[in-house]
This record gives sequence, C-alpha cells and structure tokens, in this order.
Amino acid sequence: MTGQKSGRADSGPGTQPALSHRLAERGIDKLLLLLLPALLFALVLFVYPFIYGLGLSFQPKTGGLFGAYIKFFTDPSVRGLESIWVTLQLAVPAALINVLASVPIAYKMRGKFRGKRALTTVLVIPITLGTVLTAEGLLNFFGQRGWLNRFLGVLGFEPLQLVQNYWGVLWSLIISGFPFAFLLILSYLSGIDPSLEAAARTLGADWKQRFRRITLPLLAPGLAITFCLTFVLAFSVFPSAILVGDPSGSTRVIAYVAYNAWGQQFDYPLASAAAIVMGAVELIVIILVLIWRSRMYKGSTGGKG
Amino acid sequence: MSLTLKRNPKAAPAPAKRPLAASPGTFLIWGGMAIFLILLLGVVSSVVVNSFAREWFDTWLPSGYTASWYAEAWKEYDLGQVIGTTVTVSVAVVGISVLVGAPASYVLARRNFPGKSILMLVFLLPIMMPPITYGIPLATLLTYYHLAPGLTGVILANLVPSIPFVILTMTPFIEQINPSIESAARMCGANMLRLFTKILAPLLIPGILAAAVLVLVRTVGMFELTFLTSDSTSDTLVVALFTAMTGAGIRAQQSVDAMAVVYMLMMMVMLIVALRFVNPTQLVSQIREDTD
Repeated sequence: MTGQKSGRADSGPGTQPALSHRLAERGIDKLLLLLLPALLFALVLFVYPFIYGLGLSFQPKTGGLFGAYIKFFTDPSVRGLESIWVTLQLAVPAALINVLASVPIAYKMRGKFRGKRALTTVLVIPITLGTVLTAEGLLNFFGQRGWLNRFLGVLGFEPLQLVQNYWGVLWSLIISGFPFAFLLILSYLSGIDPSLEAAARTLGADWKQRFRRITLPLLAPGLAITFCLTFVLAFSVFPSAILVGDPSGSTRVIAYVAYNAWGQQFDYPLASAAAIVMGAVELIVIILVLIWRSRMYKGSTGGKG
Repeated sequence: MSLTLKRNPKAAPAPAKRPLAASPGTFLIWGGMAIFLILLLGVVSSVVVNSFAREWFDTWLPSGYTASWYAEAWKEYDLGQVIGTTVTVSVAVVGISVLVGAPASYVLARRNFPGKSILMLVFLLPIMMPPITYGIPLATLLTYYHLAPGLTGVILANLVPSIPFVILTMTPFIEQINPSIESAARMCGANMLRLFTKILAPLLIPGILAAAVLVLVRTVGMFELTFLTSDSTSDTLVVALFTAMTGAGIRAQQSVDAMAVVYMLMMMVMLIVALRFVNPTQLVSQIREDTD
C-alpha cells in the first residue's frame, strides 16, 4: 500500500517530466527562440501587409465588397483580364524556352572539359546586365537602325520590327532568365550520379534510352523547380515591358496594371486587387506544374523499388 | 579528430578531360548557343559603343568617340549620391538579413518541431511571389506609417525576400557541419553564445559569405521593391537608370548608356566575387564534381 502510494507519488509530478522536457522531446526548446527575429520580420513585413492588402482590396470606394475585383476584370480602362493573358503569353513561353534550352546545354556541360569554367561564366554574365542595359541594348541592336537590321539589309531582307512589341519583351526575358535556368539545371544535372547512366550503358541502352529512362525522371523535380523559378521571374516582368515593349497595347502586363493603379491613379483597392489576382494566377500555374511533376516522377521511377 | 570528420573532395585524383565530340545533335546545341552568345554580345556592345559615341545615326559605327558622357552622367544624374544610396541600402540589407537569417537557418537545419512546414512556407512564399504582388501592399502600408518613400522603406522592403534567401542559402551549409562537433563543445562546457561564436561562426564563414554576396547581388539588382518605396533622394542605381530612361525631358541617350555600363561593371565585379565563394553548379546539390 505504501509502496504503491509512493509509486503513485513518483508517477505524479515526479516521473512526469517537467513541461520543458516534454516539449523538448517534441523538438521545442529555447533554441527555437533563434527563429523569432526571422519570424517577426516575416510576420510584420510579409504576412501583415499581405493581409492588409487583401482587406484593402475588399474596400473600394464604390462597387461594394468585390467592387475592385469587378473593376479589375470588367473595366475597359483597366483591361485586367487581357493583362493576365498577356502576362501568361510572355511568361510561359519564356520559362519553357529557358528551361528547354538549358537542358541540352547543361547535359553537354556536365562532364569536365577544357574551358568549362569560362563558358559557365560567359553564360552567367547576363545576370549582371540588368533590365535597363538589356533594354537599351535590345533597342540599339534590334532597332530599326540597329546592327541586326543593318546586317539583314546588306543581305537584302526587309528590316524586322523586333522591339517595342511582344518580341522585345520576350527577348529581354530570355536574356535575363536563361542564366538562372541554366545554372539551376546544371546544378541538378551534376547532382545525378553518373554511375547510374554508366550502368545503363553497360546494359546496352543508347543515349536516347538513357536520357528518357534515367536522366529525365531523376531530373524531373529539378525541371519543375527551375520552371517555377524562371516562371516567377518572367511573370513579374515589369520594367522591360515598359522599356522594350508597348505597355499600352501588346505588352500591357499585369504588373504594369497593378503599378498603374497604385502609382498613377492612387486607387489602392484596385492595385491591391490586381496584386492579389497576380499572386493567385502565379500560384495556380506553380501548383499545376508541381502536380504534373508529382505524377511524372511517380510514373517514371515506379520500377526503382 | 576533426580531420576524420572533414573530407576533402579535392584529394581525389583528377580524371582525364573529355574531348568535345561532334555529332549532329552536339553541333546543333553548340551552334544554337553560339548564336545566342553572338546576339548577346551585339546587345551589350551596342550599349558600350553608344556610351562612347559622339554622334551615332544611320551608320555602322559612330562618327567619333568621347568619354565625356560618363562625366555628364555622373553630374546630371547625381551618380555619387545614387551609388552612395545603393551601397548604404545593400550593406544594411546584407547585414540585417544575415544577422536575422543565420540563427533561423541554424534552427531549421538542426531541429524538427511541430509547425515547421508552415514556417518554411512563410519563409518560401516571399521568394516564390512576384515582388510587385507583395510590394504594393507593403509599400502602401509603409507609406501609411511614414516609413516610405525613403531610405528606411527601401531597406525594409528589400529585407522581405532577402531574409528567406539567406535562410535557404545557409541551411545546406549548416547541414554539412557535423553535429558531434557541437556536442563535443557543449560537453566541454560551452554555452550557446560560445558555441556560436567559437565553433559555428568560424565553420560557417563560407556559408555566410555565400549568402551575403548573393543577397548583395540581388539587392543591387532588385528593381521593383526599391522602385515602389523610394523617392528621388533614395533611388538605387537600377531605379535611377529606369527613371532616367523613362523620365520626362530630352536627355542624351548616351549618358543613360554610360550609366548602364557603370551598373554592369559594378554587378560584374560582384558576380565574379560571388563565383569565388559559390560554385554555381553546386547551388542545389552538394556532390563531388570530379566524378564521371
């Protein structure tokens, strides 16, 4: 009896470890305090403004709760729906071109060869150009009196209209996005163990089979991430759409619409609504890509286990 | 003791270099790349040539050359102040984001706790979102609190993507440090502060430098957030360039080009420094390069 009692006393607050110990077992201890500053910044500078913007987008001066959204989608002076379409038409091809062009180049550059470092550096240099220099360069080089049209003129071709329209912006997106895509793909490709391919080669697979059956499935997650990142870069196209595009017409991108409402018309609810729509459309595309990735990845490596 | 913990990948013998094979596919790939590089060279050199051009109308090359556009750009756009702002903003952003991000990335690399995935999502979203999307509400709010337009607003806005970026860059570096080193230090009686200053910080210097230089490059090149939160006294170089190119008034295109060249050179120096600390092919996966 007494033994049991003492035992119960032990199993009371005695054996039950202190709260801090129990929390520590689940991974919560004082060390987590180190997260606090970063969390604080994220909450104050990202989460709170975002919620604030969301709230603002539902408080337009006219039109009720969804007035700003209705204005965004239907007002002919805003042309919101068209701007979503324009942005997607720029961002999806740009991201696809960047990723698809990076794969074969990175595939060739996996191994060691002379001048690899120099070539990598040259391919990465466009990162340093910046939108404005790229825009100036495109205007100078591809313009009516630029070197390219001059050269085409020598060959007897008509001058091409390559800037101040869709193509100028697409060019600028490729120049600024390709280095990122290439670096990431090269990095993912270098992460694939070459002995897997060597094994397939021993079993008699030609390069097409090796690529389709081994490299591509292993690369799929990397491809998806790279596509997402270059898509985000291209989707947020803003300065180049103004500088080398035609912001009132064919390259009226959604970022321009949002900025226009914010900085020119001071219509903060409309600007917030445009920003929220922009984020939503982008997230939808990314989620679609990630769903595709999860399917593709499962399907192709099913035989691994 | 620590010698057994650290493996030196460079100790492996270097393999023979692969020759460049020339099949039709290879030819096409290198050909495509060559065309891209030629066009790129054309784009860049047309700006450089124009920045030195006395006059350049309907001819292959300008009629004469001068370096005076650089002096003019410096005076006309107050480049001294603009570069000063750029340096102030980037140093502040790099410093704060490393100070705040490094401890967080340590916890995220070492611990599992409830709600970690939500926390990761909060840290990832600013990187995955277009800057305009969160920049517009943020700029509205900062204006409301009288922090923007101005230097404070620019720094605060640029911190939003920079802190998560530091966390993402540094986590793999921390994961590479063997936790038993920390345990050993703790056994010897080191407290958290000493652990950080005497053990982790020295081992993490490559990671900190990598994160710092990458954030620096990003901040100097970040257009949208600075554009939304700056005024004429707190413009960084990218924004000054943009306003010079779109702004009212007739200005010589050559001085804008001269400014763009200054910007490019600045970025190039930083990128070359960055490439010394970060091997670009090992950004996402740390694998020995000299296999094959």
